[in-house]
Amino acid sequence: MITENVVDLSRWQFAATSLYHFLFVPLTLGLSFLLAIMESTYVMTGKEIYKDMTQFWGKLFGINFALGVTTGLTMEFEFGMNWSYFSHYVGDVFGAPLAIEGLMAFFLESTFVGLFFFGWDKLGKGQHLLITWLVALGSNLSALWILVANGWMQNPVGADFNYETMRMELTSFGELLFNPGAQVKFVHTVAAGYTTASAFVLGISAYYMLKGRDAAFAQRSYTIAAGFGLAAILSVMVLGDESGFTDGEIQKTKLAAIEAEWHTEPAPAAFTVVGFPDQDAMVTHHALEVPWLLGLIGTRSNDTPIMGLSEILEKNRLRVKNGIKAYAALHELRNGNKNDKTIAEFNSYKQDLGYGLLLKRYTDKVVDATAEQIEMAAKYSLPRVAPLFWTFRIMVVCGIIMLGIFVFAVIASSIRKCRQNWLLRASLYMMPLPWIACEMGWFVAEFGRQPWTIAEILPTFLSASSLTELDLYLSLSGYIGLYTVFLVIEMFLMLKFIKLGPSSLHKGRYHFEIASGEAL
Amino acid sequence: MIFDYETIRLIWWALLGALLIGFAITGGFDLGVAILLPFLGKNDIERRVIINSVGATWEGNQVWFVTAGGALFAAFPMAYSVAFSGFYFALLLTLFALFLRPIGFDYRSKLPSQKWRSNWDIALFVGGFIPALIFGVAFGNLLKGVPFYFDNDMRIFYTGSFWALLNPFALTAGLLSLSMIIMHGAVFLQLKTVGAINQRCKKTVAIFASITLVIFALAGIWVANTDGYHISSSILHNAPSNPLVKTVDKGTGLWLANYANCPMLWAIPGLAFITGLITLLLSKFERPGWAYISSALTLAAVILTAGVSMFPFLIPSSSAMNNSLTIWDASSSLSTLSIMFWVTLIFLPLVITYTSWVFQILRGKITQEHIRLNDHSAY
Repeated sequence: MITENVVDLSRWQFAATSLYHFLFVPLTLGLSFLLAIMESTYVMTGKEIYKDMTQFWGKLFGINFALGVTTGLTMEFEFGMNWSYFSHYVGDVFGAPLAIEGLMAFFLESTFVGLFFFGWDKLGKGQHLLITWLVALGSNLSALWILVANGWMQNPVGADFNYETMRMELTSFGELLFNPGAQVKFVHTVAAGYTTASAFVLGISAYYMLKGRDAAFAQRSYTIAAGFGLAAILSVMVLGDESGFTDGEIQKTKLAAIEAEWHTEPAPAAFTVVGFPDQDAMVTHHALEVPWLLGLIGTRSNDTPIMGLSEILEKNRLRVKNGIKAYAALHELRNGNKNDKTIAEFNSYKQDLGYGLLLKRYTDKVVDATAEQIEMAAKYSLPRVAPLFWTFRIMVVCGIIMLGIFVFAVIASSIRKCRQNWLLRASLYMMPLPWIACEMGWFVAEFGRQPWTIAEILPTFLSASSLTELDLYLSLSGYIGLYTVFLVIEMFLMLKFIKLGPSSLHKGRYHFEIASGEAL
Repeated sequence: MIFDYETIRLIWWALLGALLIGFAITGGFDLGVAILLPFLGKNDIERRVIINSVGATWEGNQVWFVTAGGALFAAFPMAYSVAFSGFYFALLLTLFALFLRPIGFDYRSKLPSQKWRSNWDIALFVGGFIPALIFGVAFGNLLKGVPFYFDNDMRIFYTGSFWALLNPFALTAGLLSLSMIIMHGAVFLQLKTVGAINQRCKKTVAIFASITLVIFALAGIWVANTDGYHISSSILHNAPSNPLVKTVDKGTGLWLANYANCPMLWAIPGLAFITGLITLLLSKFERPGWAYISSALTLAAVILTAGVSMFPFLIPSSSAMNNSLTIWDASSSLSTLSIMFWVTLIFLPLVITYTSWVFQILRGKITQEHIRLNDHSAY
């Protein structure tokens, strides 16, 4: 049996490598579109400055893209390396979107990204523009398939358990693809990427304006980023709210945990702005509440109650008990007693098989679980509330601040008053916020699904590979060591080229080239 | 058109082979070029010529590998789970080496410092050398069999160690893949360069084509005299995937059984020898374009030779032989295989079409002049 430590280390490793990967992904998603917009402007107006903008922001795109590719490979390897039981148990469903991602999206993005950088002299203007759009399309399609896969982990539709193969198998590709959880998350995630890239371009352009150099270049970049950013942050928020609504439908536990809704309140439920959730006592201390708000977000109505955690716990207790019956019938079937009665028994309880598997944490003999063990498993079926409660609120606050700055940025650029110093400083210092929000968002999505890898079907602690603690310590320290070195190098290059600005293109018309009188 | 389960499993075995071969003949040359970088490039500008010969296309080429991994996951999830968790450190090492490629290519020439650049040259070499070696070592170990078993819940237990992977036979297979990838890289570089580098490539092709053929012959003799596996019970080709209900035997020379049953298959290793020799000659007589095609055929034939000898096995278990994974009992469900087949049928030809177009745009030699003109934008 794999130890608790192996599971914890595998989780730490996956969390570290995926959160690290997502430092680079949002910028790729958004910047590829910003490049396409800038280059479209170049092709339509014929003004060289827009070509310079495409090439300079493209240089920064390249530095970021390299690490995105580097760290994305880890993700594909890690499912098999560290989560081999997961890969066996759901590969029939989960593997398909990953393979399609490679075929449909990653090929497109990676094949054309080379031409984006090296095709300027080999292609016509229109051809090159098409390439840039295809890179943007490829990177965003890539996100689509990854979120179809992830959406299925949150809301596993279109699949059924097969006792002969001991795994989940695909029953409807349409349901997998049009999973409401996946669709909403996809738009929320790519819009978060557009926001990130806009904040990146906005902040760096503001820096040039504050330094008083390359004014025409910086102002144009600032304007494009402001407009795109405002549209993006609004989409993030609308779709975030939509996520809350779909969570209310399909991921009741996660919604209740984010909101620290301990007990079902009379509808419409109040929204807790801040407070200190206490899991043992199932209360939130010093809660500051807005009446009605949560009920409206979660159910879009004023008379449907939102289920609280204590009621969910009550239901889950029953599901654990049913899970035992499902598990017992499954073992009969696996041992060859495939009579109709056992099959019928299994089919009537199999939707709770996952809850039966939760007991494996406490006993090897699931069928003989004691009342105490059932109680522990039921308690374990709820995620920890406080981390979710807080990370969610940090994400929302970041979003609100960004919204405010983007609104001012759009106003300032439309009335040609970009040079308001306070706004430029705010634009610059805002730069870390989208990254913080993205990381918090993923934490909420993934930690909120615990204790499951596949919601209500496969517990996380069963999903891990049968490795030793030493294996995990070695690989985890390898990742941390390499990733740290890569981040230092990347930040060093990024800062160097940001400071150089468009002068790094050696076109002979930007700040440092004019100032020093020669090409650098 | 709807396929039955048996046919679609066979198709997926072939598609997986096609993706691996696709990776070998595209991604293979840029791994080879990266290995050759410190040896064939004597100064910075020569090295930049070498790097830029693959700079614009290596990224797309590597996606063949990513897609092959994804396809293995989707089509044979058990094989993916067993291979990736069993070969944990081998894959970790490959992954860490592959890390060095995107950043190596993109970051190397961004700064003028010679120390910075030569460090990245080493990184690019490592990023080519280790994966090229380990892919072969992995194949060698598949042929030998891998120690793993399943419990009744289908949980996988791998009972070998990392060091056991480095056995003499697997290392020989590793050298084979290394030498053929170097040959392929040198042929491609000969095609893309002029002058001194071009001449060095010719010598390199001659050496590594010869080594490839010698090791391939040696490995063949070794396989004939070593244990292979075969299914000794009956196995249903269209039953649900359950690898626990068959019996498997092993015996000397069994990996050649497919060739004995169908002698036409000898044409595949035969082709490897012939095209290997032709590659050598075409390179010598300065026909690098044709040499590239011939070299690609050599790689394809070598990979197919191994695949055919193991058929229908994917991963034989050396410790619990009956738990071995075959294409008949380790695949995805009929519906997943069918849907994935249609997706592949649409997108793979599309990928091949636009990839060819990109190569067409980027055709022609990379010269030192080209690097000087594009000093600030080239890799």
